[in-house]
Amino acid sequence: MSVDALYQEIILDHYKHPRGKGLLGESLAESFQVNPTCGDEVTVQVAGDPSDVLIGYEGQGCSISQASASVMSEMLNGTPVATIKEKRDAFIELMHAKGLGEPDEEVLEDGVAFAGVAKYPARVKCALLPWMALQDAAIKAGFITEEKS
Amino acid sequence: MTTALDVARIKKDFPILSRTVRGGHPLVYLDSAATSQKPECVLDAERAFYETSNAAVHRGAHQLAEEATQAYEDARAAIAGFVGGAPEDLIFTKNATEGINLVSYAFSNATAESAWGGSPDPRFILRPGDSILVTEMEHHANLVPWQQVCARTGATLRWIPLTEDGRLDLSDLGSLIDSSTKMVSVVHQSNILGTINPVRQIMDAAHAVGALGLVDACQSVPHMPVNVDELGADFITWSGHKMLGPTGIGLLWGRSEVLSGMSPFLSGGSMIESVYMDHSTFAAPPNRFEAGVPMVAQSVGLARAVAYLDELGMDAVHAHETELTAYALNALEQAPGVRIIGPTNSVDRGSAISFVVDGIHPHDVGQILDSEGVAVRVGHHCAWPTCRRFGVPATTRISTYIYNDSSDIDVAIEAISTAQRYFGTSTTSKQGCES
Ligand SMILES: Cc1ncc(COP(=O)(O)O)c(C=O)c1O
Repeated sequence: MSVDALYQEIILDHYKHPRGKGLLGESLAESFQVNPTCGDEVTVQVAGDPSDVLIGYEGQGCSISQASASVMSEMLNGTPVATIKEKRDAFIELMHAKGLGEPDEEVLEDGVAFAGVAKYPARVKCALLPWMALQDAAIKAGFITEEKS
Repeated sequence: MTTALDVARIKKDFPILSRTVRGGHPLVYLDSAATSQKPECVLDAERAFYETSNAAVHRGAHQLAEEATQAYEDARAAIAGFVGGAPEDLIFTKNATEGINLVSYAFSNATAESAWGGSPDPRFILRPGDSILVTEMEHHANLVPWQQVCARTGATLRWIPLTEDGRLDLSDLGSLIDSSTKMVSVVHQSNILGTINPVRQIMDAAHAVGALGLVDACQSVPHMPVNVDELGADFITWSGHKMLGPTGIGLLWGRSEVLSGMSPFLSGGSMIESVYMDHSTFAAPPNRFEAGVPMVAQSVGLARAVAYLDELGMDAVHAHETELTAYALNALEQAPGVRIIGPTNSVDRGSAISFVVDGIHPHDVGQILDSEGVAVRVGHHCAWPTCRRFGVPATTRISTYIYNDSSDIDVAIEAISTAQRYFGTSTTSKQGCES
């Protein structure tokens, strides 16, 4: 089917079996993001310190937004801020590549499965939602200072 | 095909319906509640206007200006006639959203004017303690403007709640509409639930306490015969693009006695009587409410759309939709794992049908349908509070029109089961056979 590029096995697997889902007991900051066109919701919390950022999340929504949250948390929970920034930039770049991006699996791990999402402009927002929430929470926690979106 | 319309013939009038999408699938367009497709005759009418008579209306001393003005006013008369109204009571707007804002600003503006010693029509003046009534199934276009009016005037917003099966719960209407009520604004046919509301009863209740009433007829005028007198409202608004017409044009019909005392919304050229450096006086309706150069070509296109619908006959259009809606409701009810949000029978119900599929988010349902060529809308349909009322974050919605028939529904139903196989949620059908 033509949507096979969108719904990679990895995405469906993360959707059905989300990794690391759940909120932290205590957090330094959290961010709630919604996608007003379709009602996807995600809350991301951060705790720990800049060398070891702990990430918790909750959400409801489509397969793309929820799988993206799962992939993100699996990749970034317990990593330093520098790693978060590097992977965030790579993921955002991939989402803006209109499906022509060639992601580096070393950097993006399961995130490479989202390459096909970039061909569907309406779904890019879904994929980016948890990343925007993490970005916002990390700024609120003082882990990131730049106002980059 | 249904018994009321020759859909196969009608389809041929719509060039876009012969295209393919997503790698060769024939387009199955089931999103007419969002916007309808346009028949060739509407496109031709707009083009012919630009090719022969294009000019700014109500100004200019030349022949083209005269012809353009005539075309614009003829369009107004034709569209007014379509709903049984008088041309001077019909205002052209950008869309229904503007129509509702035009009325809501009449309240804000009159309230502000009265604070500075003006003497606007007292029916439009709001004070803390006054109330405005809507329903829990409004499109955001008929909710947010009233929230804004309340925020600017201190009035209170009330709403008619819904029953579990997606109808208005009118049991408390007597207390919701009381001496504090100044405005009652309700949707005729819900764009998310499909419910057709008893607006006459509600308008009569509003008038009994001296309140004004508006009917949002976006989803009714395109789909069933509507007569402005029979609805009993003071204002009726709808959009041209949902009834085969161009984008960028909408309508607001108002009772002349109410329009005549109403403050303008947008101001500037075309809406004035005389202008001095320190003040101005305003033209009579409808011109008072049409500031600036209006949408002339679009009015010509919309008049042609109205003629096209008249040729089919609105009774036949309505009969076709009722038949097709019953077919679609039945098919969705039979489909395993599918739950309809809204009335499940076709009594007092239009063709917009929202549903959820167990275990698959609407966005994903819509994506699989799209990959099979089926265009539907997903999300909250600009009726977020209605979704909340039914405890769903979003729905998938199919909505049909004159160019759809039961085969389109069949393709959609098949695509829903494809989505269920894809996401591994297929279950045994409600009839007991494998899906
Ligand atoms: C019931 C209802 N009201 C209002 C609107 C707003 O129409 P428009 O966006 O054309 O102004 C719509 C359109 O979706 C609608 O369905």
